[in-house]
Amino acid sequence: MSGTNLVDQLKAKFPDQVTGADLEAIDPWIAVRPEGLVDVCRFLKEDDQLRFDMLSCITCVDYFEPDEKKAAKVPWDPHLEVVYHLWSVPNKVSLVLKVMLPRWKDDTEGELPEVPSVAGVWRTADWHEREVYDLSGVRFTGHPDHKRILCPEDWVGHPLRKDYELPLEYHGIRGR
Amino acid sequence: MAHGTLGDERLAASDPAAGVRDEDYLWTLNFGPQHPATHTTLRLLLKLDGERVVDAVPDIGYLHSGFEKIGEKLDFNQYVTVTDRMNYISPMANNVAWHHAVEKLLGIEITPRCVYVRTIIAELARISDHLLSNGAVGLDVGAFTFFLYAFYQREVIYDIFETLCGARFTNSYTRTGGVMHDMTPMVIEKIRNFVRTFPKTLDDMERLLNRNRIFVDRTKGVGVLTKEEAINRSCTGPVARASGVTRDVRKDDPYLAYADLDFKVCCATEGDCFARYLVRMAEMRESLRLVEQAVENLPSGPVDVGMDERIALPTKEQVYNSIEGTIAHFELVMSNRGFETPEEEIYAAIEAPNGELGFYLVGDGSAVAYRARCRPPSYIHFAVFPHLIRGHTLSDVVAVLGSLNIIAAELDR
Repeated sequence: MSGTNLVDQLKAKFPDQVTGADLEAIDPWIAVRPEGLVDVCRFLKEDDQLRFDMLSCITCVDYFEPDEKKAAKVPWDPHLEVVYHLWSVPNKVSLVLKVMLPRWKDDTEGELPEVPSVAGVWRTADWHEREVYDLSGVRFTGHPDHKRILCPEDWVGHPLRKDYELPLEYHGIRGR
Repeated sequence: MAHGTLGDERLAASDPAAGVRDEDYLWTLNFGPQHPATHTTLRLLLKLDGERVVDAVPDIGYLHSGFEKIGEKLDFNQYVTVTDRMNYISPMANNVAWHHAVEKLLGIEITPRCVYVRTIIAELARISDHLLSNGAVGLDVGAFTFFLYAFYQREVIYDIFETLCGARFTNSYTRTGGVMHDMTPMVIEKIRNFVRTFPKTLDDMERLLNRNRIFVDRTKGVGVLTKEEAINRSCTGPVARASGVTRDVRKDDPYLAYADLDFKVCCATEGDCFARYLVRMAEMRESLRLVEQAVENLPSGPVDVGMDERIALPTKEQVYNSIEGTIAHFELVMSNRGFETPEEEIYAAIEAPNGELGFYLVGDGSAVAYRARCRPPSYIHFAVFPHLIRGHTLSDVVAVLGSLNIIAAELDR
């Protein structure tokens, strides 16, 4: 099935949830609203034709305010993107889903933005979402075991945020 | 990673249903982070009923060193040294995976010779990885001789890599648009020699373990992963193929020279530790066939892309004898020039020895990735571990760990 067909099919089934798509990119992607993410994912996985039964990877990219030198060239407003790479084992095709989020919930610094967890759809999402929460600072609502995974539990901040600064010290260890 | 917690409360928190029952007779065992059978630093909190494992909670992050953050600082050629340190038992495969992604982002077509050279080293890396992971399973369940046979052959592969690029362990062999050095006749001779002699050792190794009563009893029926679970939990590589998932990136989405070469995808249906061992043994034979075909059909010609593309460093002859060469060299090594990336994002994966090793790269125009995410197979496979070990005995922990081939440096990055 071609990308255009898939976008049309998704738009017909979830009219309010598909917010955008870029089929010209090297890896074409489809963006959905966080509220509709779980339904869209369940549909993509369980539909007889599509069968995206494998979730390869979940990533979060922090598109931060650029510094002055780059500001003219950079086309984005500051935001976060959570990227889901799906793969269909029977059909041997991949799909990229994106969820666009504000950097902070309600623009209050320190309040993490929220996405519903897809751990109920693909079991593998469990650790991926924990890692994204740990390193990029996105809260996954409905996650079965929502806590840090790579950093210690009492770590402050989310290291893969672009404005992250290493703490001065951690339990007596000098940071910077 | 816990600090100052003993673990009991973490176990209870992870499984609320088990936590409310007052099961005093269950006791908690800390397995790792320093334990000979974990091979590196990872920790398991085991809840035991006598010798039987009721539940296991992996606790990782002891080796977390921020590789993805470093990827936002180092340029595409510098970062290859970091990928060496991810899965350090097959660094060549990581190098190939990294530059496979970088070249997809930059839209570079590498030369035919480079395609074959990379195929050869990726398959040699697969053999050396499977030798170690199968050897370690043998070692952990008590078959020490097998481990020595495996390690001797790894040494031969190290020798080949040393002749090829000067480094034995952390090779950093690939470059954007090419490789560090071309393959010399001496390397090809060593690889041919390896292809000739290795099958005999492989036969010996199979004779040592395939029908070994102790080994079969320790691994057969242990840690069974069904096909549905394997897909749902996104397992790849030998772990998935041992459960009957016919997923192999080399066939599904051919890259490098795999479309031209003849090889089989090795699968089993049992999904237990023994099946994973058998799949790895069979894959080594297939990899050897691939190496042989690739070496005998190695195209001639340059190994790096041309100077005009301004991607790979020109040869010394070009630098000293032509003004274009000098300019190209300076532009590439000056930190404020380098090459330009499109403002795109890509995900590219290869079939690493351990499973699908993918890199997700976001380019922002500069020579440094805006985001360099790695999809490490060990991380995904270790998440499956509690599911596999429940109901088995404490001694099976090492067999399952070994058969999943968990490399902590790749797990934590």
